[in-house]
Amino acid sequence: MARFRIIEKEGVTVRLLESPHKKVNNTSRFEDFARHIEKFPGGEVLITSVENLFAWARSRSPWDLTFGLACCAIELMHTHGPVFDAERVGAILRATPRQSDVMVVAGTVTIKMAPRLRRLYEQMADPKWVIALGSCAISGDHYRNVYSVVPGVDQIVPVDVYVPGCPPTPEGLINAFMQLAEIIEREWKQRMGVKK
Amino acid sequence: MNLEKFGVQVDESTGTKYHVFEREKIREIALELRENGFDYISFITAIDRKEFLEVVYLFRNLDTGEEIFLKSRVPADDPRIPSIADIYYGANWLEREAYDLLGIIFEGHPDLRRILLPPDYEGHPLRKDFPMHMEYGPYRSGDWLVNHQNVPPARRQKQDSK
Repeated sequence: MARFRIIEKEGVTVRLLESPHKKVNNTSRFEDFARHIEKFPGGEVLITSVENLFAWARSRSPWDLTFGLACCAIELMHTHGPVFDAERVGAILRATPRQSDVMVVAGTVTIKMAPRLRRLYEQMADPKWVIALGSCAISGDHYRNVYSVVPGVDQIVPVDVYVPGCPPTPEGLINAFMQLAEIIEREWKQRMGVKK
Repeated sequence: MNLEKFGVQVDESTGTKYHVFEREKIREIALELRENGFDYISFITAIDRKEFLEVVYLFRNLDTGEEIFLKSRVPADDPRIPSIADIYYGANWLEREAYDLLGIIFEGHPDLRRILLPPDYEGHPLRKDFPMHMEYGPYRSGDWLVNHQNVPPARRQKQDSK
């Protein structure tokens, strides 16, 4: 967990996330800021950097692209259905790559589909992540040496989370979304140089 | 309906009734079948027997449910057979599929190009001499998969003419 610097001023507690940049660690502005905050009984104020806030928001809303290729797409569908309800981890299916953060490659990728898959990946806005759902998307599985099948989607796009299974259970996909949230936060911390 | 006048022989050695014919007669047989109520072409496929290829047709009469199997041998080094795409319109894509996967050339087909595989794919994968294991073969590198020409030729011609 990140370290916080706690400032108490006139009854208001401000928790300041430590940043690797010296400029931000200058607390005098925040002490000044704390003086102008309306007091809530027992309340706290948390001040953080914009990147941290974004990383938190991104990790809690991995909206995924509606992109099913084979039988694993059935699992993708009812993961987002009312029983398993992937919205609990923030995942909502989007119908366009422009609104998506995550591409769930659900099924066997054929060589005719490969350039189209790559184009959809390029149409997604940065930052973007890829989940390979099922054995076929991971390695091609028993279709690996077939004349028309790509041996693993990581030949075409970089993959963040692999979900094994043929097909994987919806719990597996939900676990993948939760792992992706950890990856997104970890990536940000590594980029900002924050120690654990 | 009399198919004997086209030199058709009945073969029941495999348990299924097949009508074996010479490949030049397919258009005449198809016209005869269409006039006698066989209004639906169920499938066209081919089998690689190493020395020769067998082209198989299944015609169906949708009113009576009657079916008729037809097959013909074509040599492996010259796999040509006349097209019936103008007699049965449903044969158009079926002949393209047989061309794509087995390399049967249907002479007189209006648009004989690949239907399932990418247009720049080399070889016909359901032939027996096609390599079984493609692990180190072509179409495996990420560069080829991402960059190969995937625009169908017909659409490309249309864009050029504008």
